Amino acid sequence: MPPISFALAHSLPEIILAVGALVLLMLGAFRAGRSDWIISELAIGLLGIALITLFFPLQGTAIVWDGAFIDDAFARFMKALALIGALVSILLSREYMAREKIDQFEFPVLIVLATVGMLMLISAQSLISLYLGLELMSLALYVVAAFHRDNVRASEAGLKYFVLGALSSGMLLYGASLIYGFAGTVNFTGIATALKGDVSIGVIFGLVFVLAGLAFKMSMVPFHMWTPDVYEGAPTPVTAFFASAPKMAAVAITLRIIITAFPGITAQWQQIIVFISIMSMVIGSFAAIGQTNLKRLMAYSSIGHMGFAMVGLVAGTELGVRGVLIYMAIYLAMTLGTFAAILSMRIGDRYVETIDDLKGLGRTNGWMAFFLAMMMFSLAGIPPLAGFFAKWYVFLAAIQGGFYWLSVIGVLMSVVSTFYYLRIVKVIYFDEPVAAFSPVNREVTGVLVIASLAVLLFWVYPSPIVNAATAAARSLF
Amino acid sequence: MFGFGILSGLIFLPLVGAAFILALRGDDEPTRNNARWAALVTTIIVFILSLVAWARFEPANPGFQLIEQKDWLGSAVLYKLGVDGISMPFVLLTAFLMPFCILASWQSIATRVREYMICFLVLETLMIGVFSALDLVLFYLFFEGGLIPMFLIIGIWGGKRRIYASFKFFLYTLIGSLLMLLAIMAMYGVAGTTDITVLLQTKFGASMQTWLWLAFFASFAVKMPMWPVHTWLPDAHVEAPTAGSVILAGILLKMGGYGFLRFSIPMFPDASQYFAPLVFTLSIIAIVYTSLVALVQEDMKKLIAYSSVAHMGFVTMGIFAMNQQGVQGAVFQMVSHGLVSGALFLCVGVVYDRMHTREIAAYGGLAKRMPLFAVALMVFTMANVGLPGTSGFVGEFLTLIGAFNANSWVALFATTGVILSACYALYLYRRVIFGILDKPNLMNIKDLSAREITLLAPLLVLTIYYGVQPGPILDACAASVTLLVKNLDSALALTKTAAAALH
Repeated sequence: MPPISFALAHSLPEIILAVGALVLLMLGAFRAGRSDWIISELAIGLLGIALITLFFPLQGTAIVWDGAFIDDAFARFMKALALIGALVSILLSREYMAREKIDQFEFPVLIVLATVGMLMLISAQSLISLYLGLELMSLALYVVAAFHRDNVRASEAGLKYFVLGALSSGMLLYGASLIYGFAGTVNFTGIATALKGDVSIGVIFGLVFVLAGLAFKMSMVPFHMWTPDVYEGAPTPVTAFFASAPKMAAVAITLRIIITAFPGITAQWQQIIVFISIMSMVIGSFAAIGQTNLKRLMAYSSIGHMGFAMVGLVAGTELGVRGVLIYMAIYLAMTLGTFAAILSMRIGDRYVETIDDLKGLGRTNGWMAFFLAMMMFSLAGIPPLAGFFAKWYVFLAAIQGGFYWLSVIGVLMSVVSTFYYLRIVKVIYFDEPVAAFSPVNREVTGVLVIASLAVLLFWVYPSPIVNAATAAARSLF
Repeated sequence: MFGFGILSGLIFLPLVGAAFILALRGDDEPTRNNARWAALVTTIIVFILSLVAWARFEPANPGFQLIEQKDWLGSAVLYKLGVDGISMPFVLLTAFLMPFCILASWQSIATRVREYMICFLVLETLMIGVFSALDLVLFYLFFEGGLIPMFLIIGIWGGKRRIYASFKFFLYTLIGSLLMLLAIMAMYGVAGTTDITVLLQTKFGASMQTWLWLAFFASFAVKMPMWPVHTWLPDAHVEAPTAGSVILAGILLKMGGYGFLRFSIPMFPDASQYFAPLVFTLSIIAIVYTSLVALVQEDMKKLIAYSSVAHMGFVTMGIFAMNQQGVQGAVFQMVSHGLVSGALFLCVGVVYDRMHTREIAAYGGLAKRMPLFAVALMVFTMANVGLPGTSGFVGEFLTLIGAFNANSWVALFATTGVILSACYALYLYRRVIFGILDKPNLMNIKDLSAREITLLAPLLVLTIYYGVQPGPILDACAASVTLLVKNLDSALALTKTAAAALH
């Protein structure tokens, strides 16, 4: 039994965030003030500290808290992504929330709480801690989805998300209980040991239900229905948050549970992942074509991207996991950059909502147009932008794993998806301007510039991300 | 400098120019002029630098030269550059044509000049990169990256149906390229690296070769373009601004032929031989059919676009003849077509700038008002037809010899294409230049300006020079082509003996 300080050191980021969130809550309650930015500033600081402590105290792999919690390079990689997503989302939210007059102090606190859940989820090493992390994350997310409570669409989004989310949690829990019943343990490594040799049909059922629950959180087809409505209805910074941080956590736990707990039933989970991956790519590509609302479009785009990312997992190899990790890192930069661009454009006193609002952006705001257009090309996966390398690594793994047809379908869908990304570029550059945009906020522009530089210049110096992802993928096997 | 050589210089210099233009502020006339001059100076410096590279290049050496190598994505995917006799002419051609493109856009592009020049400079970087990359992933990066600036050039500065044309161009090319990307991944899986020099030594299994060949074919056939996937080209050409058409016809189409020569033939020799009849058939259809289509066109640019498809048919035919004459002829034909079709599009640009229409019917009798233009257009038309004494002849003749050696029926059908090309080209010339000058708005049309003369004169001189003196280009590529054909023959012989041993 390792000393308690060892366990504490390995879960330091979670502890900092959990304690910090409670302190912030008290602080906010006592100050009882609206529209003061100190809580969100402190929340940003808190997430920043968690990000630093992630890499400081200890290295290597450690399983603590009675085998429920694992801290390894994989967890640290994905936690860093989730923390960056959360941190940037708060940055993006501040001006928006103030303008929409919903800048209560609870918002940053809820984001921090959701982040604690994500970190728990990423580090979960047993079904129990998985469920705890998932629910902590989800409950906070339901609330922030409906944070604009006087707005009908936001309330609808929150309610819809809650009802469907509860259903998916139920499925996940049911699956988890089946697995526990047939494997006799909730621990991932224990499950892997129990599943050697003949596997009963009950475990397969459990696997299906668990993956269904996780697919819901990753918003993959056929559990994607909530995504467009919630993305559209929720306040835009919340949408940015949904599209970034929780996706990282959900993908991380999916990778971990599949790779560490179910190597014995590879053929079974592969079928499921191949199916949801293909369906997500198809629906994400075709359904986005008809969209006119930017946030809805981003919702379908994210569905498609999850499909592409899972192409890497299908092979079930270290190379494939590395591909997914790189994909998620690049996807994070692209998503946050795109939402930063959306959030930095206002016409009169309202924010840009539809694609037609972007008409002639190339004339009225050259830099913004350039950054947004590059984001679109990157999302489409056109080299030399970062999105190309994301696709390169996942398809590389699939091809080397022998999944040729999956890859061919994948690239064909990638062409279809390019069509709607190009449509945005077309609206930006080829159409005549309709309205001038108001000046933009500095924090949001900063996020946009940093994300754009990351996307534009990834090819110059790709090794930090690639090496980190390689080390992270290795720690999972 | 920093361990980078002259090829890196060629690739990154245009980006420096683009960054300078990006730093310019404002949208007034002086800024636009600065942007134009900056772009022109940059492209001229790049051209001079490419001449320096040519001076350092040894034509007698068949291997890759001026090699630079650095680790990029790990140590298996490299930043590796180098040129051999097949790629060097294209690097020069690119660097040579760019200043003309900038000059051709001097007055005809009046809006968003800065963005336009940046697009062209970025495009130059990517095109030179394609021809000098010695790593497949790096090649793909440049190959595909070129879509972005070209999409914007067609879409922003193009004609009426520019949006349709730009989307069609982008998606058509992308779908082919992505299949090639998958093939690149599969090759990476076999060889463990994407270094082209290593892949050239790698022997791929027979069935794998077939699939890889088809995937590469999907990309290059669209890019070439070959019948029946050529339909994006007329649209793109018609809608693109003049300089865009020049680049499209002059360089971008050559990437397909270059790809066949660099990858398909040497890396998949067995599959290339297996599929050669298919390519011959498609080439003949391209030559005959698109020539007939060109005959009935009403739009000058569309006519030249279809004639490009026909000429590219000669190139694919020559390449897949897989002998010295055929391949050298194909390289020559590509360079010559780059000059001639570029010049033809510039000529169309000249009258378009004056009359703002490309309808053939809107012209007639220009010889009276524009004698200089009539002379220039005549030379380029004759070169397009393949008249002996112009550069067009050498390439067509060599590819036909090559094809005749490989398969005389192919040569027979292809030669009818030469006659057809004379039909449509002369028919076009007659309708535009000769006849009675009876259209009232043509009465005051002006002959070539000094800028236009500077634009067309060098191309005219080169067209005739290479027609009588094809040596420089043929010598440059001779050694590399010999090596290519030799390796190909030994690979095919090896397969044959292996097959014989099985029986």
